[in-house]
Amino acid sequence: MPASYAGLRKEACGIREFFLYSVQEGLLFGILALGVFITFRCLNFPDLTVDGSYPLGAAVFALTMYRGYGPVAGVVSALAAGALAGLFTGILHTFSRIPALLSGILTMICLYSINLRIMGRPNISLSENLGHRTIFVILRDAFPTVPEVYVRFLFLFALLVVLKFLLDAFLQTEIGLSIRATGDNETLVATQGINPDDMKLIGISLSNALVALSGAMFAQYQGFVDINMGIGMVISGLASVIVGEVLLRGKTIFVMTLQVIVGSVVYRLATAVALNWGYSIGFKPYDLKLFTGILVIVILSFPVLKEKFGKA
Amino acid sequence: MLKLDRVNKYFFRNTQDERWAVRNLSLEVQKGEFVTVVGSNGAGKTTLLNLISGTYFPDSGRIFIDGQDVTTVPAYERAKYLGRVFQNTFQGTAASLTIEENLAIAYLKGKRKGIRMAISEKMREYFRERLAEIGLGLERRLKDRVGLLSGGQRQALALLMATFGNPKILLLDEHTANLDPKTGEKIMELTTRLIEENALTAIMVTHNLQDALQYGHRTLMMDEGEVVLDIFGEERKRMTIQELLERFSELRHKKFAEDRALLSS
Repeated sequence: MPASYAGLRKEACGIREFFLYSVQEGLLFGILALGVFITFRCLNFPDLTVDGSYPLGAAVFALTMYRGYGPVAGVVSALAAGALAGLFTGILHTFSRIPALLSGILTMICLYSINLRIMGRPNISLSENLGHRTIFVILRDAFPTVPEVYVRFLFLFALLVVLKFLLDAFLQTEIGLSIRATGDNETLVATQGINPDDMKLIGISLSNALVALSGAMFAQYQGFVDINMGIGMVISGLASVIVGEVLLRGKTIFVMTLQVIVGSVVYRLATAVALNWGYSIGFKPYDLKLFTGILVIVILSFPVLKEKFGKA
Repeated sequence: MLKLDRVNKYFFRNTQDERWAVRNLSLEVQKGEFVTVVGSNGAGKTTLLNLISGTYFPDSGRIFIDGQDVTTVPAYERAKYLGRVFQNTFQGTAASLTIEENLAIAYLKGKRKGIRMAISEKMREYFRERLAEIGLGLERRLKDRVGLLSGGQRQALALLMATFGNPKILLLDEHTANLDPKTGEKIMELTTRLIEENALTAIMVTHNLQDALQYGHRTLMMDEGEVVLDIFGEERKRMTIQELLERFSELRHKKFAEDRALLSS
C-alpha cells in the first residue's frame, strides 16, 4: 500500500483536488507561520526552536492519543508543550544571556532527544485502525454527506481565520503592544517601565505554542508522526512570511497576519507545483529544502541586489 | 528630588582599558529645578544620566530619587519615576508602531500590563488634545507609523511621551543635537514649555553652551567624570559663554575642548 499510495493519489487527484490539498497544507503550515511571524517580525527574535517544537507538538499529541485521551486533550497538551519549549529558549536568552540564535538551536537539539523519548521510536502512526479518532476523523463522521476533502478544507480555513483574529486582537492588547514595542526598540521599552525580558518570554512561548499546534494538526492530517518532520520548518515558516510580504503591501496588524496566511498558502502551492510538474525536469522531493532555501535567499537578497544593480 | 552620594562608575574595570567615567560625584537637585549639564566628549554627562536612569549601576555610592534609594533598582522599574529623551531621534520612539501606539506605551507606563485593549477611545481623545498642544498637526495622524515622521516630529513626540504622567525627573540627553538649528530651537521651546507647565524637575545634557546658560535654573560643567563648575542664580544670569570658558581654563588648566560647543555658540 505505501508503495503505490503516491501513484494512487496522483491518479485519483484532479486539478481541483490537487489545489485543495495544497491549500490545506498551506493552511496547516499557516499556523506555524503565524508563530514564526511573532518571533521574527514582532519580537525581532530569530527563533530556531521551531524545528524542535513542531515535532514536539506532534509527538505530544500522539502520546495523548495513545494514552486514550481525545484530540482536544491532545491539542491542548501540544499547545502547552510548545509554550514550555519556547519559554525554555526565552530563559536561555534572557537569564543566561545566550544569543538568540544559539538559544533556539540549543532547545531544538535538546528537543530531538525529548521527542524521541515521548514517541518511543522514530515514527509512530495515528490511525483509525488503532482506535485513534483524530479531529479529521470526527469531522468526517459528523458530516458524512460532504466529501472529506471539503470538510477538512473548511475546518482548517475556519481554524486559521479564528487564530488570525485572535492573534490580531492579542497584538493590540497592552501585552501585545508591549511585545511589538520590545521588538522595535528595547531601550524605549525599558525607559517606559516595561521589562523587555518578560515580553520576550511571553512572545516566544506564544509563538512556539502555535508552532506545536501546527505540528499536532499536521500529525492528524498525515496520520503519523516522524521524528524528522521538523527539519527546515523554521525556514519554510519564514518563507511563508516573506512571500506574503512580497505579495501584499501594508503594515497594519490585520494586513501583516493576512500576509502570513496568504504567503503560506502560495508557498505550499508553489512547492506542490514544483514537486508535481518539476518531476519532468528532474526535480525530486528531496530537492524541496534546496528550493525553499534558494527562495528565501533570493527574496532576502533582493533589496541589496536592487540597490547595487538596479540603478545601472 | 534627586540625590547622588559619592557615586563612582568605571568602564572596563580591571582591564588595560579601564576608564573612570564618573568620579566620586555628589549632587543634589531640588524639586522643580531645571539643570543643564555641559562638558566635552567623555566628561561623563551621558554616563551620569545612565546612572540616574538605571541603564548602568554605579560601582560605589548611592542614588536617591525622592528620598528612595534606587541604586540597584533596574531601569524598567525605575522608569516610573523618570522620563527620558535621547539624542538619537530613533531611540525615543518605536518607528514601526503608530503614533497612538507609541503614546499608549507611554500612557501605560508604570501600570501592570494585561490582556486589555491597549488603546481606548478616551485615550485617543487625550492623545489628540496633547498632540494639538505641540502644534505639529500630529493629532490628525494618530494611525501613521512613527517611521514616517521627520526627526523633529519624532523628537517632539518622544518629548511628549517622556512627560506623560509627570515624571519625577525628566532626563534630556542632547535631545536637539541631531536636529537642524531651527528645529532644535522649536524643540527647546517645547521642552521649556512642557517643563514649566508641568513643574517638572529636569536635567538636560547639551553641547550647546548658549542653550546651557539660556535655559533652566542651574548649569553644571563636567570634566573627566567630575562636576567642576556649578553655577546658578545671579551669577548664572550674568555669565557669558566667554566667561564660562575662562572659568573652565582657570580651574582645569586646559582649554575647554569642544569643537561642537564653540561652533554652535
